[in-house]
Amino acid sequence: MRRFSASGLIWALAIILPVVSLLSMTVGTVSISFGDLFAADNSQTGTILFDIRLPRILLAICVGAVLASTGAVMQGLFRNPLADPSLIGVSSGASVGASLMIVAAGGFIHSGALLGLSLVAVGAFIGGFVATLLVYRLATSGIGTSVTTMLLAGIAIAAIAGALNSLLTYFSDNDMLRQISLWQMGNLSGASWTKVSIMAAVALLLLALFPKDSHALNALLLGESEARHLGVDVQAVKRRLILLTALGVGVCVALAGLVGFVGLIIPHIVRLAIGPDHRWLIPASALAGATLLVFADSLARVVVVPAELPTGILTALLGAPFFVALLLQQRKQV
Amino acid sequence: MTMLADNISLHLSGFDLLRNVSIEVEAGKVTAIVGPNGAGKSSLLKVITGEMEPSKGAVSFNQQPLSQWSLEQKAQMLAVLPQHTLLNFPFTADEVVGLGRIPHQTGSVKDAQIVAEALELVDASYLQKRFYTQMSGGEKQRVQLARVLAQIWQPCEFGEQFLVLDEPTSAFDLSHQKLTLDIVRNLADRGVGVVMVIHDLNLASRCADNLVVFNGGVIEAVGSPEEVLTEQLIDKVFGVKSIIASHPVTKRPLVIT
Repeated sequence: MRRFSASGLIWALAIILPVVSLLSMTVGTVSISFGDLFAADNSQTGTILFDIRLPRILLAICVGAVLASTGAVMQGLFRNPLADPSLIGVSSGASVGASLMIVAAGGFIHSGALLGLSLVAVGAFIGGFVATLLVYRLATSGIGTSVTTMLLAGIAIAAIAGALNSLLTYFSDNDMLRQISLWQMGNLSGASWTKVSIMAAVALLLLALFPKDSHALNALLLGESEARHLGVDVQAVKRRLILLTALGVGVCVALAGLVGFVGLIIPHIVRLAIGPDHRWLIPASALAGATLLVFADSLARVVVVPAELPTGILTALLGAPFFVALLLQQRKQV
Repeated sequence: MTMLADNISLHLSGFDLLRNVSIEVEAGKVTAIVGPNGAGKSSLLKVITGEMEPSKGAVSFNQQPLSQWSLEQKAQMLAVLPQHTLLNFPFTADEVVGLGRIPHQTGSVKDAQIVAEALELVDASYLQKRFYTQMSGGEKQRVQLARVLAQIWQPCEFGEQFLVLDEPTSAFDLSHQKLTLDIVRNLADRGVGVVMVIHDLNLASRCADNLVVFNGGVIEAVGSPEEVLTEQLIDKVFGVKSIIASHPVTKRPLVIT
């Protein structure tokens, strides 16, 4: 049997997320007590809280929510619990875009900016989006989009992107190499209010549009022709969800680098807890993803004080053992 | 009101799957399709349910070309049970049957009631909270049957309803085979048109009003079981020597091999 009722889990997460976020405000290189949290005004503490930590936590919430909910959507669309957003090529494409910007734009990288975003972010977004469109086009023929072809095309595009990435790494100097590899680890440290606004707009858009397709996703789990017989316009749903995912993940990757693991494991864990009904799975995954990322990012700020670790390292380090524990427990029950 | 396939041909990657096939499925009647493996039975089902475009010919549904019905309207009139459903996500039986209510806006209370009744009807109430992924083949197929029944549980405003079943009894034991045929009969009496592909000639003979025999992509014979089931036909189509007797009780033809 399932461990939790869907509404129970969503309520619990809706309480845990603000608590974790509030706690996260207090930790970092400078430790700030709970009391100071509300007393802080114009001082240095205020700057740390409202210009550094708050945007960073909000960014973590939005990125975590988008990665986990798009992961849930992709697993439903591909009818495969091991699918994740990177399958449609968005991560590998973004990686090439970012590396290209780091290597080609070279020294001018720190000054170049568009709408307050670094060129790396812009490059990553374009790279991710172009790769997804390519994968989608490759898999779409007169009779519709084949999910299997899309998986294979995603693998091919990821291979090409990997090669391009290696090529770019080969030609880069030490400084660029470090930038590329740090970017690939995923990092929330560059959070600013501009980034938060963009990310929040995208997260709200996705979370407002996904619920409309949750019935369609449920029907799709039966198979595409079964979904069609239940009145689902399968091709339109696929196109819409893939575009939204590419947009959401593209922006996440552009603003926070490659934060792995959240999109794959969070929906999986949530499904184990409350079952595969997308009406609950998507919002619960979003909340759980946001919570995990805020928690991981808080740890990233304190484990190696005064330096900080890239967040992507910690999401995997924290989530994977938890996931393995769940798997072991499940194996015992069967 | 009917489902009508007019002079259908279907070519797929160089093969003629169907050649000039015409078939009429009437509401309130049970039409059984029999024939050897690869004779084109499932292809015909795909064409009449709109899953495949015929290379030639036309399909109409309740007096309108099939393609002119919107997906939602079609889903309220036509339910399709495939031979296999590859569902490998841990839905409970309740939830799977509930998917059959997606095309309708009847509210969750009404839907829950229909789901419970549909499960009851296929003798699967005890599966309600069990995971689909942990059921036996026959249990899964019964839950899927309940799902398509839930889809056409109530009459529809757009027209007559139809149920298409691809080998519904293949995974069932004797009692559930009989149960399925009884359900099919009841549906037909309620006015639903039922088309099913079935391999067991005696099951077909017992419940069909109309028997269609397929062979090599063409229709070999159409008519009532009494008209169609002859020793010559079974020898010709299946290559099997048989005796046709009369069922002592139902008087329907009984194929003995």
